[in-house]
Amino acid sequence: MPRLIKNGAIVEDHSPEVLDLEQWLQMEDRATRAVVLEPGETLAPLLEHIAELPLVLVNFPTFMDGRGFSYGRELRERGYKGELRAVGHFMRDQLTYLARCGFDAFQFEDEAELDDAVASLADFSEYYQASIDQPKPLFRRRA
Amino acid sequence: MYLYDEYDQKIVDERVAQYRGQTERFLDGTLSEEQFLPLRLQNGLYVQRLAPMLRVAVPYGLLSSQQLRKVAQLSRDFDKGYVHISTRQNIQFNWPELAQVPDILAELASVQMHAIQTSGNCIRNTTTDQYAGVATDELEDPRPWCEIIRQWSTLHPEFAFLPRKFKIAVCGSEEDRAAIHSHDIGIELVHNEAGHTGFRVLVGGGLGRTPVIGVEICDFLEATQLLTYLEAILRVYNQHGRRDNKYKARIKILVRAMGIDAFRDAVEQEWVSLKDGPSTLTEAEIQRAKSFFIEPQYIPFDASSAATALQDQCDADPIFGNWVKRNTVAHRVAGYRIVNISLKATGYAPGDVTDKQLELIAELADEYSMGEVRTTHQQNMVLADVEQSHLYQLWQALQKASLATANIGYLTDMICCPGGDYCSLANAKSIPVAEAIQSRFDDMDYVYDLGPLELNISGCMNACGHHHIGHIGILGVDKKGQEFYQVSLGGHQGKDASIGKILGPSFKQEDMPAIVDTLLTTFVELRQEEENFLDTYRRVGIDPFKERVYAKAD
Repeated sequence: MPRLIKNGAIVEDHSPEVLDLEQWLQMEDRATRAVVLEPGETLAPLLEHIAELPLVLVNFPTFMDGRGFSYGRELRERGYKGELRAVGHFMRDQLTYLARCGFDAFQFEDEAELDDAVASLADFSEYYQASIDQPKPLFRRRA
Repeated sequence: MYLYDEYDQKIVDERVAQYRGQTERFLDGTLSEEQFLPLRLQNGLYVQRLAPMLRVAVPYGLLSSQQLRKVAQLSRDFDKGYVHISTRQNIQFNWPELAQVPDILAELASVQMHAIQTSGNCIRNTTTDQYAGVATDELEDPRPWCEIIRQWSTLHPEFAFLPRKFKIAVCGSEEDRAAIHSHDIGIELVHNEAGHTGFRVLVGGGLGRTPVIGVEICDFLEATQLLTYLEAILRVYNQHGRRDNKYKARIKILVRAMGIDAFRDAVEQEWVSLKDGPSTLTEAEIQRAKSFFIEPQYIPFDASSAATALQDQCDADPIFGNWVKRNTVAHRVAGYRIVNISLKATGYAPGDVTDKQLELIAELADEYSMGEVRTTHQQNMVLADVEQSHLYQLWQALQKASLATANIGYLTDMICCPGGDYCSLANAKSIPVAEAIQSRFDDMDYVYDLGPLELNISGCMNACGHHHIGHIGILGVDKKGQEFYQVSLGGHQGKDASIGKILGPSFKQEDMPAIVDTLLTTFVELRQEEENFLDTYRRVGIDPFKERVYAKAD
């Protein structure tokens, strides 16, 4: 059973079948199906089903492609509450950024990295900006 | 100036610790070169031709004397005893050891400095007018807004892996000294009819391979919406900017491809969900940012007697008088002057400054200018708050350290990137070209007679030397492995910014001083009354210059 990081812990992956956007759009019951987004695809059709979607995966074809960060924030800002999972070629050094953009699950290509990656989630404990995990920017929280 | 509290310090300290771990992983082979590359770049570390180069952030060009002393010490302890002031107001170390960079960063953090996002495909250091807060033509001090942008852009989770680098400049004065038309986003402080402060926002400016003058996306943005609007622009860029070709990845290409109206619509649409959200600035935060830039305790002087006293000193010592005329600028407050420290003495690489010079400048800042120093995008430094009665002593001290070359804004005060002597991106050397031109035009009377003249040199298309916006621009190009130089004319920074036009086929390095000579001779023959080079060029066009230069070459 493949493993991944979810809500800060290493767990076994019990996710349902994952469809690409094209397949997903053809499903009658798509509101309750898992879908993977690729950079450049539009979020619009997902937004209609935002309350029911159980799992959205965002693929990072390379760690330099930052479009997935915006997907994360936009989905969460529009009210998505289900699992948001990063897949593909992101790096552990990007985990705090991803978490702040609303990702709560991380599936690495190489599972050997998982322990170190969990530690990376704690690289930063304070931030300036508003984000999904801390909706108030620092300037609204400064003592 | 802005002072860190425990939050700011914690963020910078945690970044140092993270980078230390990343460096260790690279050195032990856990991180590949490819993976380490963006991580080190986001911390300002390039691997250059001969050694790594570390670019340290100087937020909007402002430094305390304590910070300057730390830079001097680090340049001695970890480098060869000198640093370089970049065209984006940052400070570059040329020879640090990669393994020692975490220690350098820790030292910098101890004086509230860092190298965060000084490189890489992310939001870079925000730059501004080197005369901010003291200029006579200022509407409002841009620095509080720069600091607000600095905090927002630092380690922004969504915008750390953009299609390409992203530069923001802010200006608050009549004359644009921050080159806001040449930035990805240019912000101009304005007042609306009701007298409220807001921003005119430009987008899509930039130099590089495809130079573009920024266009207006918003004529008046409410001050409190600054960050929500920036987020909207960045989000559209992050999602839609090209990632398939690094030369077409800057926002200017996207704006041009979409057209400004469609781009504005996309931003406005994105802004709907961000406007008035948590990132909307509070009045308390704006006041907090402003509280770090309140007016210092100026001594009240009588304007006319201060002017008379200075004039007497200038008359008594004409060399001093000349320096006052060329290198100092009127201050908002009577009895004070803004002093430019020229880092363009002939025989020194433009913008380079030694540890000893830095320490002297720090000392002079403490003694004469409220303990603060600024860096300029023209690669000089500024002491912004000098009492006129102290100018003479200050000048004497600067002169002894080769820091009083009276050439600010003239031909020999050229902007010049480090070029092929250091930079691995460069096609050609730029420092020797600058030096050859400085040496040829050593008759300062001639140089002054030419009037204000901006000559900018870049060693490659990346345009760090801002050659596109020089009245005379020189660009190093590679022709079958040989270094050549292409000349452009008529570039300009400022509110009537323009991109220089290419003169024609490029020249050999050794011919460059003679080519510049021909251009200047042509200008002197054609000029009317008090025209400067740009005025004459704009009146007569490029043809007369072209004819002369290439006729001679044939």
